[in-house]
Amino acid sequence: MALDNQPKREFKVVGTRPPRPDGVDKVTGRAQYGADVSAPGMLVAKILRSPHAHAEILSIDTSAAEALAGVKAVVTSRDFGAVGDTIIDIGEDSSPLADIRDNCLARGKVLYDGHAVAAVAAVSAEVAKAALKLIKVDYRVLPHVTDVDAAMKPGAPVVLSGRVEETVQRGKSENVTHYCEFGHGDLESGFAAADLVVERSFTTAATHQGYIEPHACLASMTADGKADLWCCTQGQYNVRSVCAEILGMEASQLRVTASEIGGGFGGKTSIFIEPVALALSRKAGRPVKLVMTRDEVFKATGPTVSTSMDVKIGMTKDGRITAASSHLRYSGGAFPNATVDMGAQAAFAAYDLKAVRTFGWNALTNRPKESAYRAPGAPQAIYAVESVIDELCQKLNLDPLEVRLKNAAKKGTRSSYGPTFDDIGLIATLEAAKAHPHLKAPLGPNQGRGISAGFWFNFGGNTCVTLNINTDGTVSVTEGNPDIGGSRASIGMMAAEELGVPFEKVRTIVADTASLGHNDITDGSRVTFAVGLATIKAARDAIQKMCRRAAAIWGIDEEAVEWVDGAARPSGPNAGQFPPLTLAEIAAVSFQTGGPIAGHHEFNADGAGVSFGVHIADVEVDPDTGATKVLRYTVFQDAGKAVHPDYVEGQMQGGAVQGIGWALNEEYIYGADGRLQNAGFLDYRIPVASDLPMIDAVILEIPNPGHPYGVRGVGETGIVPPLAALSNAVSRAAGVRLNRLPMSPPRVLEAILSKG
Amino acid sequence: MVAVKLWGSLRAFADGHEVVQVEARNFRELLDRLGETWPGLKPQIERGVSVAVDGLVYREAWFTPIKPDSEVVLMPYMQGG
Repeated sequence: MALDNQPKREFKVVGTRPPRPDGVDKVTGRAQYGADVSAPGMLVAKILRSPHAHAEILSIDTSAAEALAGVKAVVTSRDFGAVGDTIIDIGEDSSPLADIRDNCLARGKVLYDGHAVAAVAAVSAEVAKAALKLIKVDYRVLPHVTDVDAAMKPGAPVVLSGRVEETVQRGKSENVTHYCEFGHGDLESGFAAADLVVERSFTTAATHQGYIEPHACLASMTADGKADLWCCTQGQYNVRSVCAEILGMEASQLRVTASEIGGGFGGKTSIFIEPVALALSRKAGRPVKLVMTRDEVFKATGPTVSTSMDVKIGMTKDGRITAASSHLRYSGGAFPNATVDMGAQAAFAAYDLKAVRTFGWNALTNRPKESAYRAPGAPQAIYAVESVIDELCQKLNLDPLEVRLKNAAKKGTRSSYGPTFDDIGLIATLEAAKAHPHLKAPLGPNQGRGISAGFWFNFGGNTCVTLNINTDGTVSVTEGNPDIGGSRASIGMMAAEELGVPFEKVRTIVADTASLGHNDITDGSRVTFAVGLATIKAARDAIQKMCRRAAAIWGIDEEAVEWVDGAARPSGPNAGQFPPLTLAEIAAVSFQTGGPIAGHHEFNADGAGVSFGVHIADVEVDPDTGATKVLRYTVFQDAGKAVHPDYVEGQMQGGAVQGIGWALNEEYIYGADGRLQNAGFLDYRIPVASDLPMIDAVILEIPNPGHPYGVRGVGETGIVPPLAALSNAVSRAAGVRLNRLPMSPPRVLEAILSKG
Repeated sequence: MVAVKLWGSLRAFADGHEVVQVEARNFRELLDRLGETWPGLKPQIERGVSVAVDGLVYREAWFTPIKPDSEVVLMPYMQGG
């Protein structure tokens, strides 16, 4: 259990801004990313992908490819084993292993444009590409569906049969695999008590995480069945679990090392190429390197859900919400998922409501299997809710921030998803926004200001940390979560804080799967919270041992020794008079006093503490082109204790920027043939620096009672409010409500022209 | 006895009850009793659930103690990115 009865509130290291420990490697090009690892005798792999959105695979003939000089192995789904009914927690979704396997190499049917069908390992990329052209796949093309609403209609092409959960109402398409409902109270009475009820429909496009580094791995399996795998991932332990099952290996025989990671944002919680590379290496008897192209990243790795949503909210003239409901229809692509659960729970979480109900469905479509993307499912639902609240404020001539304050969830509020909130920071965050100069700054012609609240759950999870006290008085922390947002810094800082040594004395490394016990994926904003907590506990374990050594040196009871400012000291009047023994002094004689000193902690962390944010966006809309320019943007977020404020601000800024991209430009565009039309950064436009103003970040520090330093996760909440903040700003600037994302210039112009 | 709030789409599998009573001292016993008493809940429990106890959300933590007066809410398995 995470609740800790040794709270610490006076900090010496935590809360400072030391240089990032990975900085030099990254700016000098020394950092080893997924594609940077090589091995003697290494082969190069390429994957053959489906040109169809939906088709039955009648046959695959690999003989000509196998006969090509330089080709050392060809694999298809036949090279993967049976995996039974195992379900594995992999980022956003608890996925059946069979689905992960069949997404890596299609079995029986291809389910989307770009679905992997076969793979080749050859002596060069050129030979591998030539071999792909020699693989003959006989397809029977099937009708396809890529739109969520179309997929839910009876009679829609069925993407996968037999996957409907028991909760789904009868009479819907077989594509509707999942249904959920949350909420409480009497909606009918609530809406009857409103002075104004607004009901609107919204859609959001699938968006890609847009990480700079494509997926890459190097697999090396030897003849005795042992294997090493280097890959860019948010969770090497889950890669091991999944690959071992698919390849029919024992986990201990597969060592997975996570490379430096060039962005993940949730998209590298999933597994796409690693089992393929391992299967090729097993067949070829040589190391195999597999690196995706950008086109492959877009076509075959994780976008978000695409959505269609209806929201209805009732409000009194003085701004009290009387009732709220939403209907959420999400599609996570060709395999079942339950992301809509998270959206449905998060939709109204910011508000204290007597009557609230959310209904959610997932539908299969012929799109790539969704992967997690920061706060999966929440930004979309909250976009729709916050848009309707803003429209109500406009129509009732109410201040949108005051309305949010009036209805804000607080300690004791029964949340819209069930539990009663403990200490939460929404009101403090709203008050900070209210007091900020941004809210009072004047606006010019064609300019608008939008605000939005946002929410994310955060969680903990399985965590294991080892902390070694080196004989020179330095400290080595070994943790098992790839560093996607500065965790090596924050973990090292918490170790230094607890031990009472300078941060520079601590180095934190990310272990491979053979060197440390299991750690859950880097997701759910869990690492600074959970790994940090385990590090504090491991440090306390080491401190206890160092106090014991000091007691032995002094010849007193260990209970008579305390740890203060990095040194053991006699405690109490009867302990005797001894000069303090520092960590370095105890470490220097550790071999003589009982051997090496280390601390360790493993647990399943809970008590992460929910997080709220409020964003304010100013935009200017060109009435002639529909183009939107973001003029000013401020993020307010409850971080609990900000361990390294630079990184916390970076998370808040990064979330805002990605959300601006969702709101204004990013979308998966499919042609009538069901094929992706914009699989590259030229046609899929993410925001670049010149598109953006400085994103101001205001950190609120409302301590999380579930962590001794008060830490909450900060990695995901920042992407939740921007969609509605931008949409509300654009709607006010354009003088017409926008209800479809992205708000690309043609769509905004169409809305402006349609108002007459 | 512990009062357990179910989310809306599970109520159909508990005779329409929003709150059900089970005898349980911890997370694991809670899920066992729920599955025994309301077999229709078993598929969801097997797919994965979280349990909020007095406002804190737990995933998988079998031995998390539950007091008779605790607020207990069954939730979907928490996921993140």
